[in-house]
Amino acid sequence: MADARRKLDIAAEAGPVGGALAHDSAAKHVAGEAVYIDDIAAPDGLLHAYLGLSTVAHGRLLSLDLAAVRAAPGVVGVLTAADVPGVNDISSTHRQDEPLFATDRILFHGQPLFAVVAGTREQARHAATLAKAEYAEEAPLIDIAAARAAGGALVTDPLKLERGDIAAALAASPRRLKGSMAIGGQEHFYLESQVALAVPGEDEDMQVFVSTQHPSEVQHMVGAVLGAGSHAVTVEVRRMGGGFGGKETQANLFACVAALAARKLKRPVKLRPDRDDDMAITGKRHDFVCDYEVGFDEDGSIHAVDALYAARCGWNADLSGPVTDRALFHMDNCYFYPAVRARSEPLFTNTCSNTAFRGFGGPQGMVGAERFIEEVAFATGLDPLEVRKRNLYGGNSSTEGLGRDLTPYYQQVEDNIAGHVISELERRCDYQARRAAIREANAKSPVIKRGIALTPVKFGISFTATWFNQAGALVHVYKDGTVALNHGGTEMGQGLYIKVAQVVAQAFGLGLDAVKITATTTGKVPNTSATAASSGSDLNGMAALDACETIKRRLTEFAAKHWQERPEDIAFLPGRVRVGAREIAFRELIQAAYMARIQLSATGFYTTPKIHWDRKAGRGHPFYYFAYGAAAAEVAIDTLTGEYKVERVDILHDCGQSLNPAIDRGQIEGGFVQGMGWLTTEELVWDRKGRLWTRAPSTYKIPVASDRPRIFNVHLLENAPNREPTIHRSKAVGEPPLMLAISVLHALSDAVASVGDYRVCPRLDAPATPERVLDAVERVRAEAAS
Amino acid sequence: MAKLPVQFRLNGSDRAGFVDPAGNLLDLLRRGLGDFAPKYGCGQGTCGVCTVLIDGEPQLSCLTLAISCEGRQIETASGMADGPNLHPLQQAFMDNFAAQCGFCTPGMLTAARALLAKNPNPTRDEVVEAISGNICRCTGYEPIIAAILAAAAGGAGMRRA
Ligand code: FES
Ligand code: FES
Repeated sequence: MADARRKLDIAAEAGPVGGALAHDSAAKHVAGEAVYIDDIAAPDGLLHAYLGLSTVAHGRLLSLDLAAVRAAPGVVGVLTAADVPGVNDISSTHRQDEPLFATDRILFHGQPLFAVVAGTREQARHAATLAKAEYAEEAPLIDIAAARAAGGALVTDPLKLERGDIAAALAASPRRLKGSMAIGGQEHFYLESQVALAVPGEDEDMQVFVSTQHPSEVQHMVGAVLGAGSHAVTVEVRRMGGGFGGKETQANLFACVAALAARKLKRPVKLRPDRDDDMAITGKRHDFVCDYEVGFDEDGSIHAVDALYAARCGWNADLSGPVTDRALFHMDNCYFYPAVRARSEPLFTNTCSNTAFRGFGGPQGMVGAERFIEEVAFATGLDPLEVRKRNLYGGNSSTEGLGRDLTPYYQQVEDNIAGHVISELERRCDYQARRAAIREANAKSPVIKRGIALTPVKFGISFTATWFNQAGALVHVYKDGTVALNHGGTEMGQGLYIKVAQVVAQAFGLGLDAVKITATTTGKVPNTSATAASSGSDLNGMAALDACETIKRRLTEFAAKHWQERPEDIAFLPGRVRVGAREIAFRELIQAAYMARIQLSATGFYTTPKIHWDRKAGRGHPFYYFAYGAAAAEVAIDTLTGEYKVERVDILHDCGQSLNPAIDRGQIEGGFVQGMGWLTTEELVWDRKGRLWTRAPSTYKIPVASDRPRIFNVHLLENAPNREPTIHRSKAVGEPPLMLAISVLHALSDAVASVGDYRVCPRLDAPATPERVLDAVERVRAEAAS
Repeated sequence: MAKLPVQFRLNGSDRAGFVDPAGNLLDLLRRGLGDFAPKYGCGQGTCGVCTVLIDGEPQLSCLTLAISCEGRQIETASGMADGPNLHPLQQAFMDNFAAQCGFCTPGMLTAARALLAKNPNPTRDEVVEAISGNICRCTGYEPIIAAILAAAAGGAGMRRA
């Protein structure tokens, strides 16, 4: 009888995992009751800090007269580097290249020089403008060209990936071409700006509420700046109003200054910069210049690729090392290069320190890959989609003894479904017929030209810094059978909390209402990694499940003893626990276990298996698996003005066995539109003095509702469980969809190419603003005529 | 600077506060009156997260002088629900996954509420137009548009003006 019962397919019974459940905070979001850092009830005696910023981009700080600042109404304190009891450095790399407050060298326009603390925010803001600083100004290096011209100083060690003999392979290629592509940066514009609230406690204790994706790093930084151990600092964040990578390291400054002020004045202190200051101070997506040479043949097969990816990194290293590494890890996208060399050039510039942004360099690497494809397509006269398919990983033909499944970093692509995703989308969106119709229509339409492109995505999942691939969780079951869940991941809107709660509820057979999701805090789960690299649910879901399994093991052992059954005959089913032939409520089991003195709380831990990476050798298996997707975009451009519309987008995206298809769909749609903004309208402009001009959405054009694709068909790839045993066979989804927007750039390019009868490669740089599109139209026309 | 008194109705209740002559309504609502539904996003009238209704019209509270609100009717997202019952727009936003980080949501709801009060059966283009001053960095807008259309179809515009 027991055996027969075990045949019941427990997994098939309905549970929260895989359900399209609402975001855990949805009701609070719509009621306006979700508490963000700036909404936390002000503690008694709250003071407000504001930053004083450098007004030159490069030079020496000769003197800093703060008398007027100190004398301003309401001011209770002024902080400079001299007030830092610990180290005046917040470099996440520990390279000591990021002073909290500048002391001597000024390295970018907007560098923090001091902070002023006052009774109200207005007083602090006003006082901050009263400083008198004298500088010995030097010429700033603003962009990649200037940085190179000045000798090309790097902020961090570059990476080289090399497989095969690139010189020989290029020489032996039937055809070869060279080119260069500029790829723009991007402002995060998280709707909730940076903000921190520090509350001093007894001894050296400091509690910091901060909008951060990386509480453990903030904890470490605050400790170091205050000269206190990490154990004195507690960092908490319940939710962010958006992060997108912009709060991975960039929150450290605000948290440390608030904590420093709170320590010095022994009062709670809040620091929230104005939006324009936030935009000037904090780093953005790196802009790149990719110089490339491609060897190929008449059939459109790529023989060799040699690419140099130079990035504007800004005034310190920050995350530029791993970001530029990830660009190289994605310079292949879905394509096999028989011989390849890829190099990064992480350049120092006198601009804000560029940082993590959804995709973390991967998008820039991939934009390069799709340019290589496009070049080959125009050179051979083939449809770019045909060239894409021809060069996909896979097949068994070997070159130099290697299969067609080896990446430039020697990881074998074992889970390749790019070909399937592409052909499935091609069929579903009727690509071929539409492409033919567009070409026909273009021939008859003198001004409005349409374009279409279908591009794939293959994105590597795992932190390339292998040690970050760990996570912890804490699960308490209370006597009444309710569960409190805590893990190291942070919620920035992506739905991590609900996904992990689904995992926990399912593990115990409970409804979601029995699981309380608690704010991320370093006091509960220590030494966590940033919620980044799309890894949030993979890591924290597994860690939470591990904790649940520990508790379930104890409960199972107890129940078997208590009710005299075999452990195999205890099962946690939806809404009940089966103990031999009887079924009891979870709560009943918990109460009995408590009386028997069974521990009902556990920590969980997870480390991603299989991964390793030797950066020096450029070899390894840095990614646990890949997430795939494809998008087809159709656009219409006005060839007289360069203006355009995205008419239709079709997406097929791989989320593995989705933990929550509604949340995943939201990530796909939102990521796509954000990527589209990056590649089309979002253009950052610095002047020659190093001042950022685009400091508000009035000058920096973020997509609004009218910019979204007119027709937007989004589907999750069906029946595609992750081949690796990830949490319920799901796949990470935070970043990969952003790169689906590369299809828009190529659809624009296709439309531009029509004016040259598809013979001239438009070489459209990103962002493809209307100005750039117009420029490309004129260039292609002229070249086609000559 | 001398503070000036100001009185208005906020979500149906009489409220009063003292403000700087140059103080904006957003600060008064949030810090003076404890209504945290309207958010600070840019302070420059470019993002829409601070949108409130003033005498039924959607306005950016970060650009509105608090003192100019004397005697007006102000409504924010926190006053939309009828006790425990969500406003149909709020319910539709939940049902359509129209909030991810949720930071733009109170402003979006307010813009949508103003639209449906004037135009209970808007077209898709009219919905897009009505929220085009509100930035959402998370959703890509599709679920927000769907939510507003769903609420309109369910008669949100009729039920509460
Ligand atoms: S905060 Fe008012 S429009 Fe942005
Ligand atoms: S939900 Fe995050 S900005 Fe709209």
